[in-house]
This record gives sequence, C-alpha cells and structure tokens, in this order.
Amino acid sequence: MRKVAVVGAGMTLFRRRLQETGKELSFEATRMALDQAKMEIGDVDAVVHGTAPDAFDGVHMKGEYLLDGSGGTRKPYMRVFTGGGTGVFSAIAGYWHVASGLADVALVVNEEKMSSCQPHPQSVFAHIWDPILDRPLKPNLVWIFAMEMNRYMTVHNIPYEDIARVAVKNKRNAVGHPCAQLADPKITLEDVMNSEIMAWPVRRLDISPPSDGAAAVVLASEEVVKKRKLRDQAAWIKGVGWCIDSTMWTDRDLYFPEYVARAAKMAYRQAKIDRPKQQIDFAEPYDPFDYKELHHLEGLGLADRGKAGLMTREGVTERDGKLPVCPSGGLLGVGNPIAATLGIKIGELYWQLTGQAGKRQIPNEVHTGVCQAWGDLMQYGSVVVMGA
Amino acid sequence: MTANIARWPGAELGSKDLENGKVTTQRYRPDAKFAWSAGEAMSRFLAELQQGRLIARECKNCGRILFPPRMFCEECFRPTDEWVYVKDTGTIETYSISYLDTDARRITEPILVGVVSVDGASPKMGIMHYFGEMATGEIRIGMKVQAKWRPAESRVGSVLDIEYFRPLHGVDR
Ligand SMILES: [Zn+2]
Repeated sequence: MRKVAVVGAGMTLFRRRLQETGKELSFEATRMALDQAKMEIGDVDAVVHGTAPDAFDGVHMKGEYLLDGSGGTRKPYMRVFTGGGTGVFSAIAGYWHVASGLADVALVVNEEKMSSCQPHPQSVFAHIWDPILDRPLKPNLVWIFAMEMNRYMTVHNIPYEDIARVAVKNKRNAVGHPCAQLADPKITLEDVMNSEIMAWPVRRLDISPPSDGAAAVVLASEEVVKKRKLRDQAAWIKGVGWCIDSTMWTDRDLYFPEYVARAAKMAYRQAKIDRPKQQIDFAEPYDPFDYKELHHLEGLGLADRGKAGLMTREGVTERDGKLPVCPSGGLLGVGNPIAATLGIKIGELYWQLTGQAGKRQIPNEVHTGVCQAWGDLMQYGSVVVMGA
Repeated sequence: MTANIARWPGAELGSKDLENGKVTTQRYRPDAKFAWSAGEAMSRFLAELQQGRLIARECKNCGRILFPPRMFCEECFRPTDEWVYVKDTGTIETYSISYLDTDARRITEPILVGVVSVDGASPKMGIMHYFGEMATGEIRIGMKVQAKWRPAESRVGSVLDIEYFRPLHGVDR
C-alpha cells in the first residue's frame, strides 16, 4: 500500500444551531481544507462524505443531498456511515482510495446538522432500536450509556469522581479551540458531580451536546506531497483499523469495548506498534460521555483495564501530562456534531503533529498520535494512528 | 493552520431565532408508517411470551443457548438447531435510574431499566427490561430477579407481556 498523508484540514464552528445548511457548512470546511492544502477542487480525484443518520436532517439519501457542498460533483464519490464511528471511519475510507493507488488526492468531508430535528434530536434516536425487542420499552438513548457506564464503574469499582474529572479536563482543554461550543475555563469537579441526574449514573455535564458543524481533510499520496512541496504540513496515516460487534448488545458484557481493542490491534499492526503505552505520544479517543474516554483508553491499550480513571486523577492525561488525551477539548468541550467530530479527531492529530495547534499545542514534542471514534449500539470502533 | 485562521465559518443561532422569524425557515412533519414481519425466531419468541414463557435457540456447534433466539448463529455462521425453554428468572447485569423519558423529557418518578441475563441461556445473554417492586436504593448489579407477567388474558405477544422484573424472593438480595 502507498503512503498517505493529511495535508490540509478545515472545520466550521461547532454550535447547537448554525444558520448555514448542511451543504453550506460542508462547503466552508472543504474550502478551508483545500486552501490549507494549496489545492483546488480540480486537484481532487475522489471524495468521501461522512454523515450520520438521515433522520437528523430529515433528508433521505443525505449523501446525495450534500455532495455539491463537499465537492463531489462529477467525481468518484461515496457517502459512508458507521454511526458515531463515522467521525474517524470516513478518513479510513479516504485513506484506502489513496493507499490503493486509485486516487492521488482524496477529500474527506463530514457534516452534521442536528438542530433541524425538532424539538430535540433525541426524538429520532428512538428509531435506531430493534423494533421488536427494544422499541416497545420506549428507550431513551442516554439509557444505553448509563447502562454501559454503570457496568464499567461497578466491575472495576471506579468512583464517579474519577469519571467526572474527564469532563472537567476536556471542557478546560477546549478553551484553546476556536470552534468550541462548551469550553469552560472555570468548570470544577463539583459542577459536574452536582449537575442534574439525567439517567443515573449519567449527569448532565457527563454528556457532550448535540451540535451543528462540518469538517474536512485532504489526503494525498507521497508523490503528491513531494511534487507539491507539502512535506512541512504533512502528517502521515500510519495505520487504520475498524471493527463492529454483534447487534445483540444485551448478549455481551459492556464493561470492555472489545470491538475497539480489535480495531486498535488492526491499526497498531499496520503502524508497527507493539507497545502502545510507550510508542503513542497522545490520543484523541471518542468522548461523547466522560466515561467513554476512559473506556476507550482501555480498549486502545493505553491504560490497563479499570485504570484509566486513575490516570486521569493523577494528571497523566492532561495536555502537559505524560499521555495527553483529547487536547482538542474533545466532544465534551468542542461539541458533538456526530460525523463532523472528524475535525477534533483526525483534524486534531493533524494540527498537533504539524505543530499548528496554537494555544492547544501539546508542550512536549509529539511524534505519534492515535484517534478513535465509536458508535452504533455500543458496538463499533474506528481507529487511526498518525505520525509526523 | 488553526493558529493562523482568523475567521472560522458558521453563524450561530439562538433557540428562539427560528420561532421568532429571525431566519428564513421551512417546516415539515413526516408521516411514515411501518409494519414489520416479526420473522421466524421472533414470531415464536413473541408467541411464547403470550404463553408466559421465555424461549431460546441452541447452536449445537458452539453449544451456546442463544437468547433472544435467532435462527442462525452469528459466530459459527450456520443455522441454529433447537428450541430450548429458558427460565423467567435471571440476574441484573446493569441498570440505570432514568429521569428522562423516551423523548428526553424530564420525569420525576424515575424509570428503572437495565439488562437481565436469563437463567438457562448462555452466560451474559439477556434482554433489556424494566425493574419494579424495588426502591432506587435497593437495585444493584448481581441482584436475582424474576419476570412479573401480565395476566394471561391481557398478554398480546410482546416484550411488554412482562410488566417488569422484580426481586426473586427467598434468595440473596
Ligand atoms: Zn454457534
């Protein structure tokens, strides 16, 4: 397979409600990524568009609806959707276009506009459940997170405050992010621990907000990087992995994300990483809920099982710690426009590895980072390892 | 380059801006209706629920008793072999005490909901359901529970033929 680099990235503000349509947001993010890569749309061979459930936008065939905004017109184009995992998976799909040699330059554009769904995007989440087994119980999406979090906490005997610390860290990290929706320099552990109980053990500040937003990255082959003299602004994709577990989510122990561990194993093998704790300098795991960051750090092999909370308590995962985690501010701080979290996962790895993260730049030199997204009914993991 | 970009695109709207006509909007309410055929495994499962019983399928290749039942084993990727009754008792694997209803509206009387692994099925195999006849302070992971069935005449062939799972008396609570 050929070497593939990210050579440009762009994103819009993440906000509860934006005036622009999904197409307009896609265009803005794409234009920014192309400008950074010093390219025009004619330089792009193929386009991958990532976006989550159609029901948020109220437009079926959403990939086709959005394609003009992501520069896909009259090009090899595909829409990918792997639930919340789309945020990283779309870049994997872009990667294989270039790695295979089918394209020299591929554009990856992710968009989400959750505000269109009235009065709250929660109501369309009701339609993701099994029609016979689950829906008669009128489930709420927060329930599954609450059930997974409880299982994880109970099996390992993790105190709630070790989980709440993740929300504090990420909302503070987001202060340096120009697109952040929920940055809060003054947030305290008490604020999170005393916030309203939504579905115990989940409290309001444990949850990332629904958001509108878009993000884009430009992927290029090694030849393109050389020819266009983009080496200084290139971060290389070293390994990719993805995995999904059975839909029968009530048939597995939720305390450990096996599918993330398998996706990570696949990505690490390709990246020649056999000791992730020593070889990975920073991480952007998926953090729609604070416990998910911990859960995913364990799945990624960056923390021992049940020990990620302790690492957070000891400051290891702070921006200036030994293993900075979610230096972007994550979904908890920057926002959660599902697929568009590409901008704070792949995008953040890119900006950190090329020294362009500004106020968010990790003070220690970083050479290797891993990002991960997660979705569907607690069953999907997508992992990308990148290097400078 | 994040450090050098002066303008990040996006114009933020407040929650009232759509209602108050600050921006141009278009409204639409879909009216889609569905009727699902329950299929082979679920049709039998629902029929047994109406009789007040829980049923599973056995895969003789891996030896697993699959619950909820399915006509194929997704691990061995072959048809399952036999119907097997399982018990209406089990263990709380996890739970939540929810102050949100299905539309994320706040409720004051919490819903106890979680996963019950059923006795007689392979380990950790269960269903999501409600819990009842226990206080929020009593519920715990590992608690033994039993189905509280609706009266036979009001059962319709649905997971709701079980009203909830309640503490199994006479054993460790
Ligand atoms: Zn089998």
